[in-house]
Amino acid sequence: MYDSGKILAGIIIFILLITFPFWLNSIQGEYKGEPELVIDRSNGAQCVKSTDYMRNSHMTLLNEWRDEVVRNDNRFYTISSGERIEMSLSNTCMSCHANKEEFCDRCHDYSGVKPYCWDCHIEQKKLETN
Amino acid sequence: MNSSRRKFLKLAGMAALGITAGKYEKIFGLTGYSNTQHSQSVSKLRAMVIDIRKCLVEKGCTACISSCNKTHNVPNIDNTKHEIKWIWKEDYENVFLEKENHFLNEDFKHSEILILCNHCDNPPCVKVCPTKATWKREDGIVMMDWHRCIGCRYCMAACPYGSRSFNWISPRPFIENITKNFPTRTKGVVEKCTFCDERLARNQLPACVEACPQKCLLFGDLNDSKSEVRQVLANNFSIRRKPSLGTNPKIYYIV
Repeated sequence: MYDSGKILAGIIIFILLITFPFWLNSIQGEYKGEPELVIDRSNGAQCVKSTDYMRNSHMTLLNEWRDEVVRNDNRFYTISSGERIEMSLSNTCMSCHANKEEFCDRCHDYSGVKPYCWDCHIEQKKLETN
Repeated sequence: MNSSRRKFLKLAGMAALGITAGKYEKIFGLTGYSNTQHSQSVSKLRAMVIDIRKCLVEKGCTACISSCNKTHNVPNIDNTKHEIKWIWKEDYENVFLEKENHFLNEDFKHSEILILCNHCDNPPCVKVCPTKATWKREDGIVMMDWHRCIGCRYCMAACPYGSRSFNWISPRPFIENITKNFPTRTKGVVEKCTFCDERLARNQLPACVEACPQKCLLFGDLNDSKSEVRQVLANNFSIRRKPSLGTNPKIYYIV
């Protein structure tokens, strides 16, 4: 092979460049594995759906709630235990999952999504401490 | 050959006529005003009556306005180009533009009349909205979905009453005390009075109606002949803003 030194050097530089995000993260130690959620169950309240469903599809549920409330003026939702709850992100969800930084942001930051819920909706806890 | 082409053209013509016949009524039957809602008395028809005689007694009273602003996190922005208004006061001569009566008392011309979204029966804002972010509910409330609004401001151009405001800047820094069970709006969204749909859902009266110390705001169902608003309208002379436009406002003023 002609110019094997140059070619091999080129290949190595190329591989280093395209794997840049991976080794940079491992050197910096930013990656700490999947985030763990701390959920306070002390008040005994039950979530509106199973943890699995909520983890995968909470955004779908929130969109459905939004359309029901705003479009159809239907404000209550019956959960599996038969309890009727108000369909509201800031009044219902965040009455238990009150800490946005620990509950919402942790996963959203990890998966790199930036929902704009809180541009308008109000984070209850923040308001209380202010 | 000739006769078969003739037959074909005839047939094609008849077929085209048949296909388009169904649309005929839609095209030529447009009256711009639907009366169907009135005949169905199953649904409510929300309306407000403002008794100007009582309202003008307490000059400078802003109980209804501040109650609304507080309830709905309406920002207080001094710059008139950026201000957000749901319910506010304006000079009589600017509110009732189609004034045919000359030689009015100067005092009355400049007396401040309470105005808000008219929740028109034939709302021009709804017709122009390209995203269906604003629509007329069955009970007559002209609702808004702030999630859906793209901020094109067609509705503001269409509204003949100036009832809609646009958030040119983020409203959050201009809200003194945020009410936490109601959302704020964000930059780039149009907003207006929604007749307190969230309070009506809880069987409460609109915030302005509840706050008025003079009880000059009345709220009720126009389809119910025994309702307070219908009684008051039957027993008093009332006017509405720009009736000639055919928008059919549901805010009545008793003068």
